[in-house]
Amino acid sequence: MQIDLNQFRGTFFQEVAEHLETMESALLALQAGKGDNETLHAIFRCAHSTKAGAGTFGFETMARFTHVLESLLDRMRNAEIAVTTPLVELLLRSVDVLRTLVDAAGRGETPPPVWREVIEELDRLRGAEALPEKVTAPAAPPDSPRETCYEIRFEPGPELLRLSLDPFLVLRDLAELGKLSAEADVSRLPALEDLDTETCYLGWRLHLETDTGMDRIRDVFAFCEDVATIAIDPVNAAAAPPPAEAESKAPPKTDLRAAPREASIRVATEKVDRLIDLVGELMIAQSMAAEIMNGFTADRLPCLREAVAEIARHTRELQDRAMRIRMMPVGTIFSRFPRLVHDTAKALGKQVSLEIGGEETELDKGVVERMADPLTHLVRNAVDHGIELPADRLRAGKPAEGSLRLTAYHQGGNVIIEVADDGRGLDTARIRAKGIERGLIAAEDELSDEQIHALIFRPGFSTAERVSDLSGRGVGMDVVKKAVDALNGSVAIATERGRGATIRFKLPLTLAILDGLLLRLGEQTYVLPLVSIVESIRPRPEQVRDVAGRGEVVVVRKEPLPLLRLGGLLHIPTEVSDPARGLVVIVEHEGRRVALLVDELLGQQQVVVKSLETNFRKVEGIAGATILGDGRAALILDIAGLVALSRGELLSNAAA
Amino acid sequence: MTQQAGIAADPSGFAAGTSQFLTFLLGAEQYGVEILKVQEIRGYSAVTPIPNTPAYIRGVINLRGTVVPVVDLRAKFSMEATEYNKFTVIIVVTVGEKVIGLVVDAVSDVLDIPAAEMRKAPDLGVRVDTRFISGMATIGERMTVLLDIDRLLSEDEVVALESLS
Repeated sequence: MQIDLNQFRGTFFQEVAEHLETMESALLALQAGKGDNETLHAIFRCAHSTKAGAGTFGFETMARFTHVLESLLDRMRNAEIAVTTPLVELLLRSVDVLRTLVDAAGRGETPPPVWREVIEELDRLRGAEALPEKVTAPAAPPDSPRETCYEIRFEPGPELLRLSLDPFLVLRDLAELGKLSAEADVSRLPALEDLDTETCYLGWRLHLETDTGMDRIRDVFAFCEDVATIAIDPVNAAAAPPPAEAESKAPPKTDLRAAPREASIRVATEKVDRLIDLVGELMIAQSMAAEIMNGFTADRLPCLREAVAEIARHTRELQDRAMRIRMMPVGTIFSRFPRLVHDTAKALGKQVSLEIGGEETELDKGVVERMADPLTHLVRNAVDHGIELPADRLRAGKPAEGSLRLTAYHQGGNVIIEVADDGRGLDTARIRAKGIERGLIAAEDELSDEQIHALIFRPGFSTAERVSDLSGRGVGMDVVKKAVDALNGSVAIATERGRGATIRFKLPLTLAILDGLLLRLGEQTYVLPLVSIVESIRPRPEQVRDVAGRGEVVVVRKEPLPLLRLGGLLHIPTEVSDPARGLVVIVEHEGRRVALLVDELLGQQQVVVKSLETNFRKVEGIAGATILGDGRAALILDIAGLVALSRGELLSNAAA
Repeated sequence: MTQQAGIAADPSGFAAGTSQFLTFLLGAEQYGVEILKVQEIRGYSAVTPIPNTPAYIRGVINLRGTVVPVVDLRAKFSMEATEYNKFTVIIVVTVGEKVIGLVVDAVSDVLDIPAAEMRKAPDLGVRVDTRFISGMATIGERMTVLLDIDRLLSEDEVVALESLS
């Protein structure tokens, strides 16, 4: 039994994480005044499921905490307690507390004591009478009247019975809530000979006297609300009708339910189905080919050719579809930002509205996960340093509320993610000054604004000093750049002083395919990731110099670049030893350029990345392997590793 | 984990009953690997060298879309190198989760070796380090050295196998 439960524990933690995320975004919607009663219901449901799960798995603290939370939420959705800003803040804090409880439970530790404080607060509010400022809250209808009569019209759709739904369950449940009288509406009944036994022709007019709220009544109809017309009207004239509810026959769809949520490796059934379909088609194509081969004669060659082409087509699509299984929407990371922006802005006394677009854009799971931290960093930076205080903004003639926009979209074979703010932008002159101070550029260097802005991604640029004083950005931007480089992506900044800044990531759709440059060294072919390549040249003899103790350099436009002899580094015999007779590929790595000497460039190609670690281990200087058109394996070079290797080589040479 | 259990239960190949071994030649000596470890046998084809790895790692090959490292057993056992010829084959074995190719001079046979015929490895008389030998067996005139390929390939960083090391 122990083992069985443990199996489900993982699922529980995953689900709780999702629930907490949903609660959080729903609470933020409430905060922003965008929530309605359905939002409250969603929050309640999350708390309820969490409580149930926590109970099942014996996480007592979690269960106790969620119980208090749940009952508070229950009173909120029944409009017994008004939704207020401090209350929502408290609920947000509860979500944080729940997270710590979940973490602790996951590690089997005793939860940190902070929950006691919050639970007391929740408890106090739970018991409290309805708050007086209920009118200001958008989603809070006034106090539910004690004993109310409801006039309910319940008209099931004709398909109700075919869906195995039983209308009498509704009547029975309603009868449990209070005093129920029902009147059947038989106007839709056809003549006996036309009657279809599986079609529902009946409707009911119900009169219910109850002290429970509208929500309980609505809950009864929950299972059939999609296939029935339901109207619930309170008829107790003495009590004010709850306004929010009366008009919403079916609760309006909120953004909440559309919000993408995905856990570790959940794949949409549709994707799997399509994959299975394709495999089926592939098998048919294969058996057709086998049929042709059976008693093959030369005149059937065209048929065979066609069959092979068919198989090839299916195989390609199969690969494409299989890759899509790994895709997930970027919304899974975007969803954390409303909270982050809300909290950061609040802590800094700023007003920021966050706009999110393209959250359904899909890209590789690995890319999505590895972009989470860099994006978090950028969003926090934008709120912290980019967007000004309300007073400053008004002085600059901008609205007090800053705007932050997160967008994702497809472009060619890439996904673009943009983080744009309308804050103060980058201060080019000061970045330049800082760059000179840090020794990254020389005072006499002539650089475009773009080149200067790119300096903030250089490792030596950011320091412990608050860079916000200087540029508005910069803390740990080199880390962001590094993460993007590791994904074979790129990052660029567009900024206008005083108008804002946009940081734009260009990311590959998948880690499984790489745009590569094929090059030859002796008899071997290697692949270089295209994103890191700046240019390739054949240097004149005078461009190549030997710097004592530092190895060779190639001087390109007055810039001396270290020359790495790839053949030497990889211990591969090469044809060319004189750089002036071979080709030099200039690549950029962490803002530094190096020149790689190769025999020949063979062209550009998309290659499927295979891991060397699957069957072997990591090899320095090699990022992975791929399979070329002729079926041979070729290695993909890792520029960071090559640079490290060359340093080691230099050191050992110096020692010798 | 399962691998480890297998080795623990059968530390030196002295199981009851009969085991099947694929035998192959390295120079004049005959070696055997448990047939259950063998995935397939391929003719030798061009191997893509991997830089900065020990010399006995010849490189990688494309095995139907999977990149598989190839170990030259002669080089691994410090025997003199020979030219690869038409008998040279790559025996593809699975070690734990990993798939690895072994270059040998030629494959010879599949032998049923009864447990009773298996002897412990002597300390002398074979060129291969006894740590890599799970036993010896003599069938007819011929002696076969039975290799413990799990140990052989997990040692010396051929395979960084967490489960075995």
